Amino acid sequence: MPLWEHYHRPSTVDQAIDNLAHYAGRARILAGGTDLLLEMQQGRTSPVAAVVDITQIQEIRAIEEADGYILIGAGVTHTAITHSALLTQKATSLVESCGVIGGPQVRNVATLGGNVAHALPAGDGTLSLVALAAEAEVAGPQGRAWRPIDSLYVGPGKSALNHTAEMITRFRLKPHAAGEGSAFKRIMRPQGVALPILGLGVWVNVVDGLIAATRIALGPAGPRPLRAAQAEAFLAGKAFSTELLPAVAEQVLADAKLRTSPHRATAEYRTELILPLLARALPLAVRRATTGHVTPEGIGEG
Amino acid sequence: MKTLSFTVNGAATQVEVEDHEYLAEVLRNRLGLTGTKIGCNEAECGICTVLVNGTPVVSCIYPALRAEGASVETIEGLAEGEKLHPLQEAFVEGGAPQCGYCIPGVIMTAKGLIDTNPDPTDHDIKVALKDTLCRCAGYSFITHAIQSAAKQIREGEKQNHLPALPETLAPLNVIGRPFPRPDAVLKVTGKALYSDDFNFPGMLHARTLRAKYPHARILKIDTAKAKALPGVHAVLTADDIPGEKNHGLVIQDWPALAVDKVRYIGDPVAIVAADTREIASAALALIEVEYEPLPVVSDPVQAHQPDAPLVMESGNLLKHIKVRKGDMDQGFAEADVILEETFHTPAYDHAFLEPECSIGRIDEDGRFEIIVGSQIPYQDRSQVARCLGVSDDQVRIKGALIGGGFGGKEDIAGQIHVALLTKVTGRPVKMLYDRHESLIFHPKRHATQITVKVGAKTDGTLTAVETILYGDSGAYASLGEKVMTRATTHSAGPYEVQNVKADCYAMYTNNPPAGAFRGFGVLQSAFAVESVMDMLAERLGIDPVELRRKNLHRVGTVTNTGQTLRESVGLGRCLELVSAEVEKRKEATQPASKNKRRAWGLAVGYKNTGLGGGAPDKSSAEVELYHDGTVQVRTSAAEIGQGLVGVVAMAAAEELGMKYEDVRVLLSDTDLTPDGGPTTASRQTFVTGNAARMAARTLRNAIEATLSELYDQPPQNIRFEEGLARVNGHSLPMSEVAQIFKREGREPKATYEYWAPKTQPLGTGGDMHFAFSYAAQAAEVEVDLDTGEVKVLQMVAAHDIGRAINPLALQGQIEGGMVMGLGHAMTEEFIVEDGIVFTDVLARYKMPSIKHAPPITSFIVEDAASTGPYGAKGVGEIASIPTLAAISNAVYNACGVRLHKLPVDQDSLLRALKSGNRTG
Ligand SMILES: Cc1cc2nc3c(=O)[nH]c(=O)nc-3n(C[C@H](O)[C@H](O)[C@H](O)COP(=O)(O)OP(=O)(O)OC[C@H]3O[C@@H](n4cnc5c(N)ncnc54)[C@H](O)[C@@H]3O)c2cc1C
Ligand code: FES
Ligand code: FES
Repeated sequence: MPLWEHYHRPSTVDQAIDNLAHYAGRARILAGGTDLLLEMQQGRTSPVAAVVDITQIQEIRAIEEADGYILIGAGVTHTAITHSALLTQKATSLVESCGVIGGPQVRNVATLGGNVAHALPAGDGTLSLVALAAEAEVAGPQGRAWRPIDSLYVGPGKSALNHTAEMITRFRLKPHAAGEGSAFKRIMRPQGVALPILGLGVWVNVVDGLIAATRIALGPAGPRPLRAAQAEAFLAGKAFSTELLPAVAEQVLADAKLRTSPHRATAEYRTELILPLLARALPLAVRRATTGHVTPEGIGEG
Repeated sequence: MKTLSFTVNGAATQVEVEDHEYLAEVLRNRLGLTGTKIGCNEAECGICTVLVNGTPVVSCIYPALRAEGASVETIEGLAEGEKLHPLQEAFVEGGAPQCGYCIPGVIMTAKGLIDTNPDPTDHDIKVALKDTLCRCAGYSFITHAIQSAAKQIREGEKQNHLPALPETLAPLNVIGRPFPRPDAVLKVTGKALYSDDFNFPGMLHARTLRAKYPHARILKIDTAKAKALPGVHAVLTADDIPGEKNHGLVIQDWPALAVDKVRYIGDPVAIVAADTREIASAALALIEVEYEPLPVVSDPVQAHQPDAPLVMESGNLLKHIKVRKGDMDQGFAEADVILEETFHTPAYDHAFLEPECSIGRIDEDGRFEIIVGSQIPYQDRSQVARCLGVSDDQVRIKGALIGGGFGGKEDIAGQIHVALLTKVTGRPVKMLYDRHESLIFHPKRHATQITVKVGAKTDGTLTAVETILYGDSGAYASLGEKVMTRATTHSAGPYEVQNVKADCYAMYTNNPPAGAFRGFGVLQSAFAVESVMDMLAERLGIDPVELRRKNLHRVGTVTNTGQTLRESVGLGRCLELVSAEVEKRKEATQPASKNKRRAWGLAVGYKNTGLGGGAPDKSSAEVELYHDGTVQVRTSAAEIGQGLVGVVAMAAAEELGMKYEDVRVLLSDTDLTPDGGPTTASRQTFVTGNAARMAARTLRNAIEATLSELYDQPPQNIRFEEGLARVNGHSLPMSEVAQIFKREGREPKATYEYWAPKTQPLGTGGDMHFAFSYAAQAAEVEVDLDTGEVKVLQMVAAHDIGRAINPLALQGQIEGGMVMGLGHAMTEEFIVEDGIVFTDVLARYKMPSIKHAPPITSFIVEDAASTGPYGAKGVGEIASIPTLAAISNAVYNACGVRLHKLPVDQDSLLRALKSGNRTG
């Protein structure tokens, strides 16, 4: 049996929503297909009557800055994100996280929307969106609404989206202002499953040498991308120094629910990684915040 | 059906496609552009890469209809007529293609890069090709070729594309020169044909129903519903096999279709032929099988317990292999230090990028023709004939190109099944495995448990080595006994030891069978013994190089199996070259940061050339001169990427004083080419190289005889050079020589059956093998003390392979072998849990990519084997053998954790570091 019987390629969001509605629960949005098609092929998702290919919809393929926000279309590929000078400067960690996804052929077609909708707690793009406090615009039969990124996650691989009726159209986030910086780091293993052992996105705002605010996103450290709230609170108001890192790591651990995933990582190992990951990402983000100099690291080296 | 309108290689194209088709399917099946290859169908291997509007994408998951209006470029569009694109030219001349299966995808990925970045750095190339895999691992050649092509395009001037090669002996006319492979142009243009690239009118598509349990009794099979499905032409089970029910290379214990019982999860239960692959797949789901699950035997040590469930009715022990030399009590009594350690290695998959494919059809004479990329065509023929119940001459095996074998294409895959289905349906039948099926079905590298006990004197002299090996041979024998014999005989390392005892238990289990795989058991035992050698050196306070130097094989050594080495033992030289180079490099090493430690590790190894152990080892080749002055060499030895085609062409050219370009090679057609024997045990250069050389020499003698009569000159006055026969002032082109033969009513051709020197079975003393290749390798690694991550930074190697027949092809084999060894140490692991394969998609089996391939400094030692062609001995396997221990020793030297199992696991490594327990 074919994985899908009908292929649609709408050119507007409304058409896409109509297409979904037409199949009443038996159609799925198809973006890059790098998650969906493999899941169907390997039997983890059932075949569908139709796929609605959204890659032709111009509206969801743009990256722009407007009204104090950066807007990123859900259909923007990881390659486009990685190449964007705007995002490099003003949403650095997103560029770093999308730059390590898959290889170039995957990044050339895989989208940020797909990464979020796939809802893995360690989706690399997702973690940065959480650290950057992004929101997603979701379109459905009832129209469009902005929702916080975290609210889209129900559990591992489970999105709050109605996959057969809704689609994400855009993301928005506040660009880094003076004194703000971000970074993304992850640890992989060379064997087996191509999922990160642990990923970490951080955003900081440094005012007069003191940390005014931070956001730390970690995954997989629970059923959904984790915000390390205690660590964020701990850092607030402190002057950053690397000596703080062990204490920050402890605070992160207080929130994180680290698990053993067979053939990927033990909980014990993940626990050990919090500190080195923080040591790689946090000082970098602080440096970027204080100097304003940004050179993304690790692009294409995932 | 919808109409897809797009541009393909510059031509406006319209084609009817189904909604659910992928671009790769449309290109290959509807447009006949079979240059685009499929390795995985899961966006992992990258070899299906094409350019869509200039951007590299993997066509296997690219919905075809998305290409509407787009411009698609495939490998077929690169050359302009005969004129190759600079990338193709550089790949050919730079020796990048080996088996060639990845090459179209690699070239298209590279084109995507240099079209937008005309002057890429090596790092840019690594980033761009990160997910475009080459299992032959010619990554440094690929990088060099891309650089060279980019330069040619930038400067508009022809470049010399040959990469720097290690120094080798002065060449003869042809032998010793770095020629491109004869099939290289086909491989870079997408014209090279692998099995799945063949199609026939009316061809049916077949699929296999595999076992649902790793061990179960079959109570009932009901195929009625499957047979009733429209489009299904045949559904067969074991009852439908007219001849022998079993196949097997040594022991015929492997049912072609399961009878009564399944013994592993890949066991075939039924086969289906249908109009399309989809229908065949749907039919599989309709076959009803009732099983009674049985207890599962999941590892060889368990299998050896007296109360273990029986995989085979005759018992779980496939073979107890013994090596005995000297007196162990005395040996250990003489020792000042005794060490005993146990190691584990997992199963590994060959992961050749071309999954198995066979096509069966009935030819014009009513005989069975099987098109397949097989390592042993003549055995395929008899195995197919036996199951069909016909004589061998009723079957013809026609070898297609092979997209990588590494030992994994020696056993039967679909050959018998397509023959059966063709017989029943009368139609051509293609059976193509997808990656998933390939992973669960075909024989693996043996997982092992190896205990090594060594005794040594304080000065480092080894007094005794005792080893106990368990090999997981899986559900069927395959070549398990032979592989584990090699593991056992080599288990004390390439050292002269007076007292040796080795016991190996090759066991049946309910895991996928284990069989031949490059290195043939010796990788595993080398990992164990070479780890122990470093531990011993530390214990004795002796430099590990010195410890090895003191004990290693030299001329005059009596091996563990009682063979006196009389010549061609270049191990000492290899060790000196590598250790000197490492010392030099250590000085230049940058200290790593405070949380990272770098260190070198070293290991040595050896590997027999040829079957050995008393097995008759022969090969035949035929050489024919054609009227156009070219020569054809024919032999049915398989070309699996190792470069045999080039070797036999070079040997013939050398002997006949011809140009390499004027020699053509035909391989692996049991009707047209004489038996070259199996492509295994690093034997083909030696045996078939010799056969081709002797056949060419026989032809030359015939030509000399003819001309000497014609011109009334003694034969020694006839010389062959530059494609001419020179006699008494006359210079005859070879075309004229051919005509002279024709005129005299004689055929200008010669066949030679070469018999390798006789060997002795294990346990009888004497020469168990006619030659050994040797190597020393060193690796520099970096260990991150905070995360346990390990990187291999660079490697140094020296290989004694007798003679470098083609230094370019040789270096490809060496680097490819080393990177495969690195993969085994660092990235690869085939995981089976209670008989269920976890590693059932390529995403779970990581082979090294370009980003893992470190710079390699290579030395060639040419300590000639007197009976080898021009002194050559095998190279295909030795290059992977010391790599695992070299890396693991380096990890120890960097961070103090001794690895007892592979691959390196950063998780347990870090936990060992943190807990202070230095055993990983
Ligand atoms: C070889 C390989 C390596 C990979 N490596 C990584 C990695 O390192 N890190 C990582 O995070 N991921 C990785 N991935 C996973 C994948 O590439 C990413 O998650 C990618 O971002 C998914 O995007 P897509 O456009 O391909 O999604 P698709 O597969 O098209 O869609 C995924 C899911 O999202 C839905 N969807 C897509 N777009 C929308 C939308 N706009 N609105 C609503 N629903 C939508 C689909 O219906 C589907 O359920 C890898 C995949 C492969 C094949
Ligand atoms: S990535 Fe397409 S075949 Fe492997
Ligand atoms: S040449 Fe690359 S896979 Fe064989």
